[in-house]
Amino acid sequence: MILRAEGLRKFYGEFCALDGVSLAVGAGEFVSIIGPNGAGKSTLINVLTGVLRPSAGTVRLNDRDITGIGPVRLARLGMARSFQLVQIFPDLTVMETLQAAVVSRLGRGTRLFASLARDRAVEDGALEVAELFRLADKRHTLSRQLPQGDKKLLDVASAFALRPEIILLDEPTSGVSTADKTVIMEILVSAGRRIGLKAIIQVEHDMDIVFGYSDRIIALHQGRVLADATPAEIQADAHVVDTVIGRKTARPGGSR
Amino acid sequence: MTGRLGLAVAVAAVAAVPSVAPTYHVLLMLPFMAYGVVLLGLNLLFGYTGLVSFGHALFIGIGAYTGAFLTSNFGVRSLEAIVLTAALLGAVVAAPVATLCVRYVKIYFGMLTLAFGMVFYTFVLKFYRLTGGDEGIPYLRPSLLGFGLEGIPKTDYLTGPYYYYSLVVLVLAAAVMWRIVRSPFGLCLKTIRDNPAKAETLGIGVGRYRWYAFMISAVYASVGGALLGAPIGNVDPTLVYWTHSGNIVFMTLLGGFASFFGPILGAFVFIYLEDFLKSLAPSYWRLIFGALLAAIVIFAPGGLMGLVRRARPLRAA
Repeated sequence: MILRAEGLRKFYGEFCALDGVSLAVGAGEFVSIIGPNGAGKSTLINVLTGVLRPSAGTVRLNDRDITGIGPVRLARLGMARSFQLVQIFPDLTVMETLQAAVVSRLGRGTRLFASLARDRAVEDGALEVAELFRLADKRHTLSRQLPQGDKKLLDVASAFALRPEIILLDEPTSGVSTADKTVIMEILVSAGRRIGLKAIIQVEHDMDIVFGYSDRIIALHQGRVLADATPAEIQADAHVVDTVIGRKTARPGGSR
Repeated sequence: MTGRLGLAVAVAAVAAVPSVAPTYHVLLMLPFMAYGVVLLGLNLLFGYTGLVSFGHALFIGIGAYTGAFLTSNFGVRSLEAIVLTAALLGAVVAAPVATLCVRYVKIYFGMLTLAFGMVFYTFVLKFYRLTGGDEGIPYLRPSLLGFGLEGIPKTDYLTGPYYYYSLVVLVLAAAVMWRIVRSPFGLCLKTIRDNPAKAETLGIGVGRYRWYAFMISAVYASVGGALLGAPIGNVDPTLVYWTHSGNIVFMTLLGGFASFFGPILGAFVFIYLEDFLKSLAPSYWRLIFGALLAAIVIFAPGGLMGLVRRARPLRAA
């Protein structure tokens, strides 16, 4: 198992956002976390990525305890993330954004007097990811001038540029048009293969995306794991469909 | 290439000032060059890291008082020794100040730097036996590159050797800073300025980088302070007062913090404008200055460099 969480609990005062969540993600898996608003998805992501320290329970990455260690160290240990609300560096170009990620990965951030422009390793690393994400043509564009779909791609691309083992995507297709959603998913799945990503976890509301891409689905409800099963098994479970998905949005036998 | 040419012309023009301009204007160029060094450092923090310090007069003070102490109390007259000691002392004082300040951002960071500046001001004002209180300490004429230069009149010294010495220090300081902002380190600072939360998820330790930027800016301010003090000849607490910290932030805004050379241009315009307004309206010059600052913030948030760039959008600096 790459990522293993056990007995996660998180209280906000009296309110229990996570009530004993355990999950494990292994090599080669694409896992989706679903659940209605307030089910604890955001809290779970923030706990898994070390932003929040759980009230109880542990998170382990490759058998190493990463509970609450914070995003900076986590990035170094091989886990990257993207955000639900797109996070970019508005005044940096696409290339600079990706270069920053590569600089960080190569541990070159404290090179005070080295020339960034002459750093071939950083340039090549950034360009490779730019091409994988179809952003190479726009590499000199300022991030804030990109269309929304490209901003989303850049956010994810910069996480990929860290060459993580596992990546956690918080609603990778939220806020983009239906047509762009599939494009984004196709790009990131193929990019994942190219950079040797071992596992993807995503939180997603769009059930077409969830059922179309996941190897496994974890359904959260009221801070607990309601189901942890393959898309087909989830589809067959009337209780889960009723509680978490709602009949209207579920598409029987979701296609890949 | 126009950028490089412009820069070469600017440096040549500054180098030519002593041969063509009246002494009065040559002397005004000395604080300009000293502030230029200070502002290069301040803008690493302001323009590149997104932190506005209202306490950097503290480090100018460290540099200036270092020069005064060494020349008056220790018999050390070498400006190279003064500059190096100032840089070192600036770093020593900045280390704990930076450690505390970089935990905060925006107004909290600004207020905390202001508070440290106030503490230091009170210190130099009250510890009379050490600092001379409000009378200050004389900053005796420093030797340059081992040359005593005691024999020549003060004005000749300042408009000749000292002038070119300051220019060389400014050019070197700018060259080093130019490399820093174009290094992988400089890029990391810009990510922190733009979006610290995102920078952290890319593995960039925000606190650590802010600390480095603060340290570098403090060393620059200390070196600039050492240069600033010598022409005045006497170092007193007004150098450390918080309005002085405000002035250098004003210079940065005036010139444009988004541009590498903006703050240096700001220092130049500030000094000449201040001099001009003081002679024009001795009682009201602050009023005009204040109105001007307001106008810049409202109508030209990019400062003078922003206006130049808007007029010539293709120019890359």
